[in-house]
Amino acid sequence: MKFRIYRYDPDRDAAPRMQDYDVALEPTDKMLLDALMRVKQVDDSVSFRRSCREGVCGSDAMNINGRNGLACITNLKDIKEPVELRPLPGLPVVRDLIVDMSHFFKQYHSIKPYLVDEATPPEKERLQSPADREELDGLYECILCACCSTACPSFWWNPDKFVGPAGLLAAYRFIADSRDQALNERLDNLEDPYRLFRCHTIMNCVDVCPKGLNPSKAIGKIKEIMVRRTV
Amino acid sequence: MGLPVRKFDALVVGAGGAGMRASLQLAEAGLSVAVLSKVFPTRSHTVAAQGGIGASLGNMSDDNWYWHMFDTVKGSDYLGDQDAIEFMCREAPKVVYELEHFGMPFDRNADGTIYQRPFGGHSANFGEKPVARACAAADRTGHALLHTLYQRNIRARTQFFVEWMALDLIRDADGDVLGVTALEIETGEVWMLQAKTTLFATGGAGRIFAASTNAFINTGDGLGMTARAGLPLEDMEFWQFHPTGVAGAGVLITEGVRGEGGILLNCNGERFMERYAPTLKDLAPRDFVSRSMDQEIKEGRGCGPDKDYVLLKLDHLGPEVILKRLPSIHEIAVKFANVDCTREPIPVVPTIHYQMGGIPTNYHGQVVAPRDGDPEAVVSGFYAIGECACVSVHGANRLGTNSLLDLLVFGRAAGNHIVDFHQRNKEHKPLPRDAADLALSRLARLDGAAAARGAGEQTQDVGNALRRTMQAHCGVFRNDELLTSGVSKVMEIAEQVRRIAIGDKSKVFNTARVEALEVENLIEVAQATIVSAQARQESRGAHARSDFDQRDDANWHKHTLWHRAGNRLSYKPVHMKPLTVDSFPPKARTF
Repeated sequence: MKFRIYRYDPDRDAAPRMQDYDVALEPTDKMLLDALMRVKQVDDSVSFRRSCREGVCGSDAMNINGRNGLACITNLKDIKEPVELRPLPGLPVVRDLIVDMSHFFKQYHSIKPYLVDEATPPEKERLQSPADREELDGLYECILCACCSTACPSFWWNPDKFVGPAGLLAAYRFIADSRDQALNERLDNLEDPYRLFRCHTIMNCVDVCPKGLNPSKAIGKIKEIMVRRTV
Repeated sequence: MGLPVRKFDALVVGAGGAGMRASLQLAEAGLSVAVLSKVFPTRSHTVAAQGGIGASLGNMSDDNWYWHMFDTVKGSDYLGDQDAIEFMCREAPKVVYELEHFGMPFDRNADGTIYQRPFGGHSANFGEKPVARACAAADRTGHALLHTLYQRNIRARTQFFVEWMALDLIRDADGDVLGVTALEIETGEVWMLQAKTTLFATGGAGRIFAASTNAFINTGDGLGMTARAGLPLEDMEFWQFHPTGVAGAGVLITEGVRGEGGILLNCNGERFMERYAPTLKDLAPRDFVSRSMDQEIKEGRGCGPDKDYVLLKLDHLGPEVILKRLPSIHEIAVKFANVDCTREPIPVVPTIHYQMGGIPTNYHGQVVAPRDGDPEAVVSGFYAIGECACVSVHGANRLGTNSLLDLLVFGRAAGNHIVDFHQRNKEHKPLPRDAADLALSRLARLDGAAAARGAGEQTQDVGNALRRTMQAHCGVFRNDELLTSGVSKVMEIAEQVRRIAIGDKSKVFNTARVEALEVENLIEVAQATIVSAQARQESRGAHARSDFDQRDDANWHKHTLWHRAGNRLSYKPVHMKPLTVDSFPPKARTF
């Protein structure tokens, strides 16, 4: 199978380049990650992150034929040759397919991604109705792979100011949690021309999320609550 | 020495569930704590746990920690240490409630309490009937747990060193542990990280086998470092085969499927577990179910063209239950088995999943080793928890849901113990002159000219040879012939590991170097495993010998210790005395 892979090693290369590989696959190679392991067997300098190989750890996000996705759950049957692999767009490249995710995590951290409830907890669990718990479905499952934020033009232009779809999905995960007691602080934290309102509903985030989540909808809900608060 | 040094109160190596539960305890107590991880914390393998956390909350029906303790002792085939098991089962409800207080999105019952589902080997009233004890967040419990702990650590301002790989332990002449040498992967720089205590939470080494549910990162780094530092590894012959890995792909299908009512079928459509385990049926412990499946396949009742797998049927649960309680299983079945499990069964085979053995510790998480006649002398400054440790709560076979529990209980306990240690020990001991020599010599060999690619062995080839050998010689059913020839093969591969060469000499994010270092850890674990397995002439828990097919308490009711120097073995007694209750003496194991 034929691949064109983005190569850049700041230790040796003056500029990035695309390198072609043609590797023989075994019948058991099913996913793009399996094929990438074959490439690495031929050339051990090809660098990418990977771990769980089942789409739950979020390590191997990359740009596959122009579209962000996880290599480990991208079926080889579904991609056209030569498969062009590039690092996630919009973030600094560390090496080859490995990007520096500092900005992405900084934005995630900025929304205070933890439950706030300063009251002394009960001896057992706090009670939560199944309906209240259901509000978290489609939110808590995010794997922080960054496919969405790095597919978002608003994030490309303002990675330091716009929280981005992943961070905002997490923000809404806590806003929506019946146990959380910091709604106003959370909204104050997003009330800003950039942090939330740079989202222009382009919907690339929804299109690429490998877990089928909908950050755009979550962002819409935060905006709604924000508006309701001001009237 | 020449290497840069950073100094902390406490060092945690590994940012999975165990490491982050411990670091939380340390950061909240105000210690300066550094957490090292090869991967960003939420990419640790805890994220892949699916089914639940075992705790006798009794939210669905009557339950108590004593029943949980009995199940765990019996599940361990009586090799588990009963003091540690009592401690874990008693602490279980507390650590689960705490996790809920941290914000964990558990599924809920109509009355608002945490939802619990049945799981293999968990029973009410000492084996009478299955009990719902697994506290679950759909089939993403590990993901929910790991993210919750990471989030709580952000709140506690824990300092993470992301994409740092620990290379070797630093011990002084007294044998005390003073920190680690570590590689900052992005820059290629090597550091000495000095701390009053070093806690290993580095996870398992499931990647010594070819067919494994484990992530690529599960290379037993903590075990390799411990062995190279001259400390033994305990009970490494005990490796759990999870009954339901997707045939061909190895990806895990949670036991929670059977907890929700899924059943295993052979080629005749027979629910064969009824024959092997009349009471618990498909919810017997994993060693039992895996062996039963293998028996069915061996006797020609497997499914598919090659009759080499069985079927996991769950369509009768209905799409509503499947999509609500088992959404990831639905996704995995589509992606990796090409079946829609709301309509068709999933082809499954027993697949390597979990390492019961590890770095020997007591139930405070302190590492122990034989010294001056004491089989369990504390190694000062050194702690280990989670899958890399052998405390031993899992003995010869772990019950499902007890691993996530293990992370939380011993993460918390070790954290508390380290806080005490810190208060009693105000000063750091000085680092010895040769602190970094071992790590630097390993790196120098890999970076040297002699190790140019083409001049030596390739990392992936050596790793694959090791995995194939372990799979073929140390699998579900073992015998002396297979094991003895396996030992020689693994020793040959150990020689090849010393000749591994890498082509990539870059300083920047050199994954070839990382993979080569990982294989150096895998080979230690593989040697420990197969040497310990070859010696144990009985069948107990996950260690099943066709040539010694019975448990032999008279000769083998004891823990194995493997010592790297000379591949020597020694043994130590099982702790039969619990903390407060009566001991559970070994009995025949039926379900």
